[in-house]
Amino acid sequence: MARGLSLVAGGAFPARSEPAEYDRLPKGLGERWHLPEPSSPTLSELFAAHPRDGGWTGFLLAQLDASKPLLWVQERMAILESGRIHPPGLPMGDLLHVEARDAKDALWAMEEGLRCSALSCVIGEIWGDPKALDFTATRRLAVASERSGVAAFLIRLGGHANLSGSRMRWRIASAPSLINDLDPRASGAPAWDAELFRARGSPPGRWSVAHDSDRFHLVAGARDRTMGEEHRLRA
Amino acid sequence: MPALAIERWAKSTDCAPDAPVVLTVEGTHGPVIHAVTKAAAIRGARAGARLTDARALDPALLAVAADPEGDSALVRRLAKWASRWSPLVEVDDGGLRLDVSGVAHLFGGEEALVRDIERRFAALGLTARVAIAPTAAAAWGLARYSPSPLRGGGSTRAQRERREGAADSSTRPLSPTPPPQRGEGLVAALSPLHVSALRLDADTVRTLERLGLKTIGALLGVPRLALARRFRGAEDVVDALDRALGRKPEPLTAAPADPPPRALVRLEEPATHPEAGAQALERLIPDLVRQLQERHLGARRLSLTGYRVDGSTAVASVATTIASREPKHLSRLLADKARALDPEFGVDAFALTADWTEDLSATQDSLVDEPSGTRELARLIDRLTVKLGPARVRRPQAQESHLPECAIEWIPALSKTEAVELPPVRRPHRLLDRPEAIDVIYATPEGMPRRFVWRRAVHDIARAEGPERIAPEWWRQPSSARLRDYYRVEDGEGRRYWIYREGVIGDGRGGAPSWFMHGLFG
Repeated sequence: MARGLSLVAGGAFPARSEPAEYDRLPKGLGERWHLPEPSSPTLSELFAAHPRDGGWTGFLLAQLDASKPLLWVQERMAILESGRIHPPGLPMGDLLHVEARDAKDALWAMEEGLRCSALSCVIGEIWGDPKALDFTATRRLAVASERSGVAAFLIRLGGHANLSGSRMRWRIASAPSLINDLDPRASGAPAWDAELFRARGSPPGRWSVAHDSDRFHLVAGARDRTMGEEHRLRA
Repeated sequence: MPALAIERWAKSTDCAPDAPVVLTVEGTHGPVIHAVTKAAAIRGARAGARLTDARALDPALLAVAADPEGDSALVRRLAKWASRWSPLVEVDDGGLRLDVSGVAHLFGGEEALVRDIERRFAALGLTARVAIAPTAAAAWGLARYSPSPLRGGGSTRAQRERREGAADSSTRPLSPTPPPQRGEGLVAALSPLHVSALRLDADTVRTLERLGLKTIGALLGVPRLALARRFRGAEDVVDALDRALGRKPEPLTAAPADPPPRALVRLEEPATHPEAGAQALERLIPDLVRQLQERHLGARRLSLTGYRVDGSTAVASVATTIASREPKHLSRLLADKARALDPEFGVDAFALTADWTEDLSATQDSLVDEPSGTRELARLIDRLTVKLGPARVRRPQAQESHLPECAIEWIPALSKTEAVELPPVRRPHRLLDRPEAIDVIYATPEGMPRRFVWRRAVHDIARAEGPERIAPEWWRQPSSARLRDYYRVEDGEGRRYWIYREGVIGDGRGGAPSWFMHGLFG
């Protein structure tokens, strides 16, 4: 393998580079962070920073209640681009999965799920900016969710923040994970860059957070993103 | 059923109606005539004769190969269609037998029922000989051998398709002796018929004819004892007589032990608009639910059948996760399907059948709409499955496999699943259906990956953990399958992936190892 030969044979990471890498890593958990949550279950919209970034999954799962079954709707395109959910990696037990042909079917399945109060929440992944996903569609979801008390999460992969009826809109990106105490070369507990850019009843903001023992914490010493990165994240 | 064959053939071709055509089947000594048209019958062709003999009478006869399989398929289809009159339909010797006990009044009496059957068959271009009799055997004989099978109706039709309706007391073992006036009327109806109307075999008929006993009436004049002594065993004439006269019960074989709950709606005139099905449902569902309630059943599968005027049927079925007899739920499931039923030239009757039922004890209907978890969830699954299909609404089921893609099997949510056991190892939140090949720079032969290109984007690996080696399942996979070394990697932006290298250099199972992207961590 020509590519591999250029490296030191049999080597892991060169030992000298480690201190430099350490400096750039987040130091650990900071003070406790309270997730801005709506007062009653409603529709929240989560924008993945990038279709190849699965960070939002961890951020979302960290705030879910796993006692009741949940409905997870994935559009076919979302499965192709970002993968199908893998239950052994998920913390919850009872799960109902719907593979929708297109956005229209996915939105319909979400709305049906929102009428069923036996669910803890409904998660729907939509790819891109489909025509079916307009203000009316999101507004319908929000109303259905508020009526039944089942939280709804609309996940937007590769989409743009158009007009929407959702009460909270997040943009989630993966952030460098915390230091792994056991193995400094391995990644540790996941951290996320969470930006709340529209919310009803709470001020927008931007935080670098991690989740540990059922609580969200701010990440201490998270490195600041440059302006360029900021711009790219919004793409 | 010779006339059905010729009528079916005539419908399928645009041959002149007065052409002398015969349908033939292969016999031991060349082709034998199976059915003839009217024109051919006038020229002397008879069913059962050899084609060469008929050609000797008239060389202009046209011979066409018969299609007995197609004919019997048509009869079977007609039997399904005939369930519009009675749920118990049996195909019997090329004819149909319906048990119309307690059904006739729905159609305005037996006369009206017979007329309705004849009219509908005539509309299909098939003429039916219909007979209603208290016993199945008598109906068989009347339909085939009576000059006017329809009681009171004086139409002497040409020998056409035969159909018989068996009714009433023969299927009631509780009353083995029929009422006398019925018995006498039956004797009077049967007496003038030829003895072959008793459905005896040819040898017995010939013996009887030789003895001068040509009609059933003549046979009845002979003392029972003498008949019983002369004809025994397989050719039991007394037995046949008893069956025809209802002295001996003859059960219908087609009767299912417990007919499924079924509701029926007949329309005043054929409906062609798609809303008709949905409207019929409003009447069918309360009826069916009442039947289910009485029998303490819940439906697992329902089928809505639309009977079209041209003799075909349109069927739509839905299934449920748990047995249900909730009218609101059932109508919600069926509404879309009913609208999608194609009425074609018009549907004149709808039937709703619960094909698959399960015991469902009476439950207390709550006064308020109180949501109960499992029932609510089951209803959601039903609704999703009806619209999207069972292959798209699924639940995970843990499998005994180390391979990540085989550890979970997605099975339709309609079937039951067991809870998924979480493995002790960390697994990604998302898994690609098919691992995608990536270009990786890594320390050979088995070192850590440093950089990879996935979907044309370069990811520099900041941190990595591994390998977790997963050996191929040799008892399931081919021997050429290679081991996988999985790495959890994190790129410079913090995105976490699950990648693996397939094989190691020198494992003798292929060339250089290749790398794949398999999953994403949240």
